[in-house]
Amino acid sequence: MTVLPILCGILLYVMMTPSSEDIEISGALIYFELNTPIQTLPITESQVNSWFVIISVFFLCLYLTHGISATDPTRRQHILEMAVEKCEGLVLDNMGEYFKGFAPFIAAVMVLSAFSSLLTLVGLYPPTSDFNVVAGWALLVFILITYYKFKCGPVHYLKSFGDPVPFLAPLNVISEVATPVSMAFRHYGNVLSGSVISVLVATGLQGLTHVLLGRLPGFLGEFPFLQIGIPAVLSVYFDIFSGCLQAFIFAMLTMLYVATGFPEEDYKAKLKKKAAKA
Amino acid sequence: MELAIGIILGCCALGAGMAMIAGIGPGIGEGSAVASACEAIGRQPECRSAVTTTMLMGCAVAETTGLYALVIAILLLFVAPGRFVNILTETMSNLG
Repeated sequence: MTVLPILCGILLYVMMTPSSEDIEISGALIYFELNTPIQTLPITESQVNSWFVIISVFFLCLYLTHGISATDPTRRQHILEMAVEKCEGLVLDNMGEYFKGFAPFIAAVMVLSAFSSLLTLVGLYPPTSDFNVVAGWALLVFILITYYKFKCGPVHYLKSFGDPVPFLAPLNVISEVATPVSMAFRHYGNVLSGSVISVLVATGLQGLTHVLLGRLPGFLGEFPFLQIGIPAVLSVYFDIFSGCLQAFIFAMLTMLYVATGFPEEDYKAKLKKKAAKA
Repeated sequence: MELAIGIILGCCALGAGMAMIAGIGPGIGEGSAVASACEAIGRQPECRSAVTTTMLMGCAVAETTGLYALVIAILLLFVAPGRFVNILTETMSNLG
């Protein structure tokens, strides 16, 4: 069941993609358009692929948690427990005791991002190389940061902009807005640049092979001599290493921004005051 | 008309190339970050994992300016030419 959505995605990709001979770099394909009263809503490849990723992660979780027992743990239960403990330890180290409940959210962000970037391995369009998808995630993180800054009331939130001197407030507003923008651009830029460079290298190697072997007759002249193996090295770096690293960095930055934005001391003082009043 | 379109495409490509000069900055920054991390690991090999994690985070943040340049270069290469050529053809047809 985990593999089925990915297979559906490949089938859809093969069916919908217009065939072309030369290598080209393009954005997400638009599969179809929904007509809503306000405007037409394009359903793109990135949306469809991210839903496939969500479904396959869901079934992966079901598979991993199926039949767990306290007395007689199986191998996959050990793997699952290790992952959960690692994630909880990471959240506890970086965010502190108050944000303990953040572990599932952070794990979800990390897994979704990593699996989306790894979709390139099966030849599908990775949703993370579409700016809109990543911008949505960054917006979610921005809402979380602002929510935790609001915990001490709106006055405290507005006061935090006048820190350290009040006339620096515009700069503080800019840096506040720059947080989600830079997060989104970082993730999207890394994944997209990887795929662009891979395509450029593949095209270059094709040209080079044509120069080297083009004069040989028949099958030998068409033989993709240099394209074997060399792009795979780049793929290991850009698709596997960079994809997983960006997922980790996105989750890490989420943790750090939320934890540092939250005025924990003031919030505790406020709680104490409330308790003393009551 | 062809000349104008050619100038637009050429200038877009030139601009994209020039935007990527910004790649120098993150390169130097990440290099110095990794150098310091190596020194720290050499001095205290036992805190290797913590130093590596912090270094990766720092590299990611230092990369941001380079990625802004990359995004601008990609916009100049793939989005801007079409826009500009559309604007050109529209104004030309308006002028008659």
